[in-house]
Amino acid sequence: MNSPLTLPAICRSARAHVALAAIATIAAIVILPQAAPLYTLINVTLYLSMGVFALSLALLWGYGGILCFGQSAFFGLGAYAYAIAAINFGDTTLAAAMAMLVPAIFAAGLGYFLFYGRLNDVYLGVITLTVTLILFKLINSTGGDAWRIGTARLGGFNGIPNTPLLTLPFSRVPLTPAQMFSLAAIALFGVYTFSKGLLATRFGRAVIAVRENEMRAELLGYNARRLKLSIFVISAAIAGLAGLLFANSVFVSPTMFSLSMAAQVLIWVVVGGLGTLFGPVAACFALQMGTTALGKLGIVDPNIVLGVVLIVFVVFVPGGIQPALANLLARLSASRSPAGDGVAREVTR
Amino acid sequence: MSGNLLEAQGVAMHFGGVKALDGIDFTLKKGELRCLIGPNGAGKTTFFRCLTGTHKPTHGRILFRGEDIAGRERHEIARAGMGVKTQVPSLFDGLSVHENLWLALRTVRSSRDRETKIDEVMERVGIGALRHGILGRMAHGQRQLVELAMVVASDPELVLLDEPAAGMTDGEVERLASIIRDLNRSHTVVVVEHDMQFIRMIADFVTVFHQGRILVEGPVGEVLANPVVRDVYLGKKHAA
Repeated sequence: MNSPLTLPAICRSARAHVALAAIATIAAIVILPQAAPLYTLINVTLYLSMGVFALSLALLWGYGGILCFGQSAFFGLGAYAYAIAAINFGDTTLAAAMAMLVPAIFAAGLGYFLFYGRLNDVYLGVITLTVTLILFKLINSTGGDAWRIGTARLGGFNGIPNTPLLTLPFSRVPLTPAQMFSLAAIALFGVYTFSKGLLATRFGRAVIAVRENEMRAELLGYNARRLKLSIFVISAAIAGLAGLLFANSVFVSPTMFSLSMAAQVLIWVVVGGLGTLFGPVAACFALQMGTTALGKLGIVDPNIVLGVVLIVFVVFVPGGIQPALANLLARLSASRSPAGDGVAREVTR
Repeated sequence: MSGNLLEAQGVAMHFGGVKALDGIDFTLKKGELRCLIGPNGAGKTTFFRCLTGTHKPTHGRILFRGEDIAGRERHEIARAGMGVKTQVPSLFDGLSVHENLWLALRTVRSSRDRETKIDEVMERVGIGALRHGILGRMAHGQRQLVELAMVVASDPELVLLDEPAAGMTDGEVERLASIIRDLNRSHTVVVVEHDMQFIRMIADFVTVFHQGRILVEGPVGEVLANPVVRDVYLGKKHAA
């Protein structure tokens, strides 16, 4: 029997998970555009973009051990970078690359001071939250005509409603909602597969080692600060990609930097399970659908419900959905398989 | 240029007004097995922390293979060839023994070589039965052995062991002594320890720390019979 985190075990489990995700993605791409009305399709595209956003923090916090309270800063920067570049360049291919590049560069600069300054977790959380709120205030105050980058007006509180829709590479024809949905589904699958693969590499394991014990990792020769900075930058680029998808589902606005956006993604990761990838995406979908439905009913403020859900999970299901389900399944199969404990732990890590 | 693997020259470490180390001059030849002893607060662990980059010495130079490493980053010193087992075992508690050893083999690229090496080290340290155990759930003595195994796996030129026998059963201590002697055939080893019986089992040469300074150095029998050392350890009344 292999240890849960041995490379072959990780690869086997990763391959199975990726295969399942691939089947789900293909099925969704084939069935949903035919079966669902346009409104639902656009909504699901929005959920998929949020799923990518959830993965960005699931990777950073769950595996890198870095609690970034301002993940929305990279989400918003990605969307704004895309919108501004697309308006200026008149083409969305390069703009799409900018959506990942700009947050990554911003994260590299911010992360350098955070990690090389040896700031601990609490300060890191506070500083990243402050950064996103500063960006929120800054973008909100760009309402005048003078606030423009090239030909793109920043639009202040209203954001950039005329964000150009993605086109096929170097073409002028914008993607249809069905194509946009397919792209978002492929992006979510791609980021999930990339994250799984990354965690199985030497780099990914070293990142987990730093999460577990930074001093021991360094005493073994791992450059903890560089590893933390690297995963921070990767996560920011993924959040930027989520921002790009979001910008193409709704439009770019300062609320992407807001406190509620910063808090939502944390809630998805906590509810889904810290140290898992599938859980935060599932929690994101479920909570997004739940809050949308509640919003329609208008009985109770969805934010209050989100807060209650968070408290319930922290108190009663502290490991989150995915580990709880995995442990339940492991207990059920324990009588048949002596490896039950190992299976449970693999998922909870 | 001397043939010393490690040379500390006037190393001082001050914490505010407290002089944890007060001008340590220490040399270590390649292939040696040296024990550092001294009462609590003598500065042994602080000296180790200066060597491994956890503390940046207030004064002095630390030459490792002829290069000054004082104040360098921990990972740079580790990559230069220094491995340490800390006083309180510092491990990846959420991971298994196998995973801890996997991570210790940072420089081994091939996964087959890594697995072979893990099996070899587990056998050498006698922790094969703990292979899939999670470190956070293990007894102190077992954790000590796993940390030692990690240091052995990482194959540093200089091995620093801070109180490796603490919390071990008699059987584990005997096994540990044999592992350290075996390790010394291929590595230079420095051991901080309080257990005199254990020191007699492994050491030929001993350095005594006291109040941040080196009190005396010499062969183990001679040093342990030294009345000044007995006085420092046991107090004047008992030493008399």
